[in-house]
Amino acid sequence: MSIFSTLSTKPWVAERGYVSDSHGFGLPTARVFLSVFLGVVTAIFGLLTAAYFIRMTYADWQPLPVPALLWLNTAILILSSVALQWARTSARHQQADRVRRGLLAGGALAFAFLVGQFLVWQQLGSLGYFVDTNPSNSFFYLITGLHGLHLLGGLVAWLRASLRLWRGAETDKIRMSVELCAVYWHFLLLVWLVMFGLLLVT
Amino acid sequence: MALTDVTHDAQDFAPPAEVEEAEVYHPKTWLGKYVFSQDAKIIALQYSITAMAVGLLALVLSVLMRVQLAWPGAVSFITPDAYIQFVTMHGMIMVVYLLTALFLGGFGNYLIPLMLGARDMVFPYVNMISYWIYLVAVLILLASFFVPGGPTGSGWTLYPPQAILPGTPGSDWGITLMCISLGFFVIGFTMGGLNYVVTVLQARTRGMTLMRMPLTIWAIFTATVLALLAFPALLVSAIMMSLDNLLGTSYFMPAIISLGQQLDHSGGSPILFQHLFWFFGHPEVYIVALPAFGVISELISVHARKNIFGYRLMVWAIVVIGGLSFIVWAHHMYVSGMNPYFGFFFATTTLIIAVPTAIKVYNWVLTLWQGNIRLNVPMLFAIGFVFTFINGGLTGIFLGNVIIDVPLSDTYFVVAHFHMVMAVSPILAVFGAVYHWYPKITGRMLNEGMGKFHFWMTFVGLYCIYYPMHYLGILGVPRRYFANAGANGLPDWFPESAQMVNVGITIAAIIVASVQLVFLYNLYYSATRGKPAGGNPWGATTLEWQTADTPPTHGNFGKELPSVYRWAYDYSVPGAEEDFIPQNVPAGKGTGHAS
Repeated sequence: MSIFSTLSTKPWVAERGYVSDSHGFGLPTARVFLSVFLGVVTAIFGLLTAAYFIRMTYADWQPLPVPALLWLNTAILILSSVALQWARTSARHQQADRVRRGLLAGGALAFAFLVGQFLVWQQLGSLGYFVDTNPSNSFFYLITGLHGLHLLGGLVAWLRASLRLWRGAETDKIRMSVELCAVYWHFLLLVWLVMFGLLLVT
Repeated sequence: MALTDVTHDAQDFAPPAEVEEAEVYHPKTWLGKYVFSQDAKIIALQYSITAMAVGLLALVLSVLMRVQLAWPGAVSFITPDAYIQFVTMHGMIMVVYLLTALFLGGFGNYLIPLMLGARDMVFPYVNMISYWIYLVAVLILLASFFVPGGPTGSGWTLYPPQAILPGTPGSDWGITLMCISLGFFVIGFTMGGLNYVVTVLQARTRGMTLMRMPLTIWAIFTATVLALLAFPALLVSAIMMSLDNLLGTSYFMPAIISLGQQLDHSGGSPILFQHLFWFFGHPEVYIVALPAFGVISELISVHARKNIFGYRLMVWAIVVIGGLSFIVWAHHMYVSGMNPYFGFFFATTTLIIAVPTAIKVYNWVLTLWQGNIRLNVPMLFAIGFVFTFINGGLTGIFLGNVIIDVPLSDTYFVVAHFHMVMAVSPILAVFGAVYHWYPKITGRMLNEGMGKFHFWMTFVGLYCIYYPMHYLGILGVPRRYFANAGANGLPDWFPESAQMVNVGITIAAIIVASVQLVFLYNLYYSATRGKPAGGNPWGATTLEWQTADTPPTHGNFGKELPSVYRWAYDYSVPGAEEDFIPQNVPAGKGTGHAS
């Protein structure tokens, strides 16, 4: 039932006196929770992007040189997402071994990405591009920092799922966690690609 | 369409859903039951009590401000710095830490699961954490009263550059603590808010379709969505301002000379902050107003014994107001020097909001029309709300126009407007809601006599406070001023009579503030000595009044969750035996329509 036909029902006559089974969506609750949360995160990064564009138009803005390491980090994050996707499909097919490998690889790569981002910060710092040197730098540190924090939060969820798996939980039991991790990873990858693109074109 | 136009077989009656007891987490210790509780009802009370406590502090601050305005210099500790700090803290506490927390954290937590026929929020643990983070935010905010320099005095809007420049009170510690506290608040709120939204989407009981939900839930749901999308703007601006303040970045800070010294900042945009702040700030008005709308719809329908007029339009209006609230923010910035076309756009969208809002007001009035109105305390507050909201809304139409706003900007006219529309109105709704739901929460009625005294003193008193402020505003009296310089503390153009108005306002404010003690005493007194209420004292249809126990126990509905057979407003149905049919009553059995 579309949202419009839902909103146009007349509750004072429709089906009065009868129960209808329409309550809640067919989706699992944890999935809905994640979707709404991703909406909130989208708002954060959307607003940062808007602020970026506004601040960019001021005279003192000097573009930040793009460190080559960022390309490597981007590749690592893509691989991390791919690995988790692999774990996700394997979980659907009950292949516990592959879930384990996929999950481990995904988490390790995400961790590598975070280390890589930290190295980028160090590189930029040693070249004299500090957070307060220029507004473009400030935005770069802010965006990468917030993105990294979100990934770090994802790693906590990842760690919980992994520990349960290693303690011998059935694949079925953690399928939802793996699924949610994968979706969250894809989302953060998308956010990163947009933010990285923003850095490249400006 | 006839009421009996449904053609179903008897087997369509679904048996009540049986839910295993194991689904509800049962704490074993006292601490787990009453302190670190995961029960939404306990969390609701924790939110409400914390919010009201910090709100009382903000009330005291406002009285101190009024005393200074009426009798300048009469109280020695109200210095110019202290005055502007009181202004700031009063505004921020009332808007964010009281009203937002009370409506969403308090009423949201209490009413969403009960009204939807759910056992609890979908993620009770996250819900509990949400409250404790909110408490930390409140404590950090209060801590700023005790740091060197005191709390920030930059106004609740925290505009840079002045918020972080030396010379503004609290520029060394206060503003930092404010930003940190807001950060905690947003994180805590997001945890709770995700819960409210997902609970509404996922945990409705069988038969509770979206269009059978009580309007209170529609309103709280929409307000929560607004908050989830708007608070990130506050979070982002608080982070960026803290970086400007602590690390010397220049997001918002322009090149500036302060106290004779060139600061390190350069090129930042204070206007950027204003955009971000009001992108949060305007939806915030509706985050506070929408739940009030919902509560009022409920109270008016129940206590007029009549179905709500135009239920669908009410729902649509809530959703449309929510959507529009995101494209009007720059009407707070007309005097910031914007492109006239930009101002034109925002004036237009602002005035368009009057349409769905007016629909709601008409529907309330039409619900009252020929209703069996019971002038009990909740109803008095509801009618008081409608009056006040119309008043505040009308001055909003004035201020929404650029050309009228520019001369009135930063005068007491603005203060009068926003207090009428988003301070007095929501707080009347809060009082009405407390008188209405207190019997469910405690099992006892609030004292009627004290309630009526509280209502009339508050309602008339508030008009004595805010009506004259419109006059002061048209006269040109600026807001946020500690004192007006000149002989007798007054500037030349300031007529003596206007100062008398100021004194009168302050006297009314002191009386209204004191009367709230009667309300608090009533809350305390009636909890043990009030008249026992029974399960459904108002004869209401919604599910929270149909629980097996009053107050409801953990798990809300005992062994069986209710099934919902009808919308929330079956009052005075023709042919029915009683003047209300609860939502969980199936057709037949004296409901006025055949099975």
